[in-house]
Amino acid sequence: MIFVSKKIAKKASGWILDGNHAAAQGIKLSRVQVIAAYPITPQSPVTETLSEFVERGELDAEYIAVESEHSALAVCTSASIVGARTFTATSAHGLAYMHEMLHWAAGSRLPVVLVCVNRAMGAPWNVLNDQQDSISQRDTGWIQIYTRNNQEIIDSIIQAYKIAESVYVPVMVCYDGYVLSHTEMPVDVPAQKDVDRFLPPYRPHTILDPANPKNYNLVTLANPRVNAEGVLCHGYMELRYLLQEALQNSRETIIRVGQEFGELFGRSYANMFWENRLDDADVVIVAMGSLAMEAIVAADMLREAGHKVGVLGLRVFRPFPKADVIKALKKSRLVVVFDKNISYGLEGATCSEIKSALYGSSVSAVVRNFIVGLGGRDVKARELVDAVNKSLLSVKEGDLNKEYPEWICDI
Amino acid sequence: MQLMVDTIEPVAFGTRNDSFLRLAESQKYHLCMQDYYEIRWHGRGGQGAITAAKILAQAAYLEGYQGVTAAPSFGAERRGAPVSASTRISPQTVMVVSQVEDPNVVVVLDHTLLKYEEITSGLVRGGWLIVNSWRHPKELDLGGDFNIATADATRVCSSLGLIVAGLTVVNTAILGAFIRATKAVGMASIEKAIRARFPNREVDINLAAIAQTYEITKLEKIR
Amino acid sequence: MGTRDCQHICGESSPAVGEAGKTGEWRDSFPVIDQEKCLPVRQNKPSCFLCWLYCPDAVISRTIPIKINMEYCKGCGICAQVCPAHAITMVHEEEFCPNGTD
Repeated sequence: MIFVSKKIAKKASGWILDGNHAAAQGIKLSRVQVIAAYPITPQSPVTETLSEFVERGELDAEYIAVESEHSALAVCTSASIVGARTFTATSAHGLAYMHEMLHWAAGSRLPVVLVCVNRAMGAPWNVLNDQQDSISQRDTGWIQIYTRNNQEIIDSIIQAYKIAESVYVPVMVCYDGYVLSHTEMPVDVPAQKDVDRFLPPYRPHTILDPANPKNYNLVTLANPRVNAEGVLCHGYMELRYLLQEALQNSRETIIRVGQEFGELFGRSYANMFWENRLDDADVVIVAMGSLAMEAIVAADMLREAGHKVGVLGLRVFRPFPKADVIKALKKSRLVVVFDKNISYGLEGATCSEIKSALYGSSVSAVVRNFIVGLGGRDVKARELVDAVNKSLLSVKEGDLNKEYPEWICDI
Repeated sequence: MQLMVDTIEPVAFGTRNDSFLRLAESQKYHLCMQDYYEIRWHGRGGQGAITAAKILAQAAYLEGYQGVTAAPSFGAERRGAPVSASTRISPQTVMVVSQVEDPNVVVVLDHTLLKYEEITSGLVRGGWLIVNSWRHPKELDLGGDFNIATADATRVCSSLGLIVAGLTVVNTAILGAFIRATKAVGMASIEKAIRARFPNREVDINLAAIAQTYEITKLEKIR
Repeated sequence: MGTRDCQHICGESSPAVGEAGKTGEWRDSFPVIDQEKCLPVRQNKPSCFLCWLYCPDAVISRTIPIKINMEYCKGCGICAQVCPAHAITMVHEEEFCPNGTD
């Protein structure tokens, strides 16, 4: 069995952490001021740990107990609008319950950071990992960042605040439940003084302040209107245009922040996705989250068998890096996309995005989609290898276009 | 978080710890850094298999292995129900996140679990089966082409008083048998990991349990 | 050869003994009954049966003498706690198998 890839060698710091504790450390280092969250498996240890930090005086924050996830995000948006750096975390049904407030946070352009510990949605009940929960929230106007390991969790959270507070768009940092949240692995915890250098204090775009009264989020009808001061102000659509523009333009900020992070901490995130041996690859595996690590093992196995295989590990799902994807897939002949989610009636969400990116480009690769790992179904590297081999074979036989995804399951 | 201690506090070795210290010295140069270990732990909910998996991963990382992971078997865990956990140890970053299929070490905290076939499932040829049992490996009467180590960790723990809520807690003790059989990590790293994970008052008794279990471990290698 | 043969289209099942597997495997101590102390046995008529009433897994029979289905008894010890005659004692499996006999 191939175990390792030398490309992700890190220096030893000494300690190992599970994903949830790595997340909590990242939040603490980001000097969050208001935390509101409701417990749900497998996210609970994040907020439990944070409540301990607050209780012990290690983190100078308000920890607000709420009765639901909807309220948790309502608290965060309210606190954010009066100038506090805020945090919440959830999973699956909790995120679904936040759905309305997700729109409110993005629509109000509040730089809330949310950790989504990816878990399958019911029915039927399941507490294990897939990415259906956060993918179902992709159209709420949040930036979505997915992480492959626990180091990326802590690093991405710290970067998330800098990104969110630069472009005034909320950021969702996603990581796989159990596979990362409950698995301990080496994590280099940055020093507080370095994080303080990296992450300046939060400066709100607008602030609710009795000394300077403002209305916020009033009923805003379709057309622009002249306000009491005689200024022509946005209608609903203009505000929505600006949200889209902010996400479109956030790519630059995400990459700049990732690069600055690398300069300070030695781990660069100046990318929208992780590239593994794409230079000469004519077969590319696309995966997101921890599956992108397992995919590297699969690619190594396929390389040993003589195939030129690379991995594109999606890091930023929103904004979707269309132009970068086209560039990265330029040489590919076959793209095999593995999704731990599905847009029912069509295909896996990342597959749709890859296809949409390639439309009209010079890349004419065959795209295959496999639905894997739903509800915590274990995904082995050898299964990814089998799927790639199967795709290669069917393409060779002239089957270039499949209408629907294939599934790795026992039906 | 016990783990975030910046400094390891100086050790006040009591009498119970002397044997541990001696062991740490004696095995300094006899470590066996093989390519990788995939370890599966079997115990019952509440016995601490997951904690043991984590302590071992932490120790291996301190030992210099660049890649370590420790994970519970995913899902609901219930007191008394059979549970498993896994530790991966490698000289380089571990990229595999799927569950262990073919372990080269299986550690069993509760010998009553041996009756289930899944305990040794996938255990590779020449691997180690390490069992908390008073019996000699030969007496376990297990077929299979793997090495067997046994140690009566339960007895060690009851004599030391390592008992929580009426039950002997053998999860740390059995690490002594693991080290004796595999030589994968050194006692010094184990000690550091234990100190990081446990409150000070619980450190000595756990170290003593490890050392004593190391001493009484019986090994039976396949030829 | 797949799972279609079950013919379900949602996650359904019928309540049945063993839905959660052989829960007796979870047990690390088990109830031992001293029949001479048990009230229904002593009075030889249906009475008491608090153990039957309180057993959360419904593995104790309402019979004389009572019987416990050890395949599903998790060894929680509630029966021993509620027995007014102290007829039930919880014994650790290890103690019951001296010198480790299984």
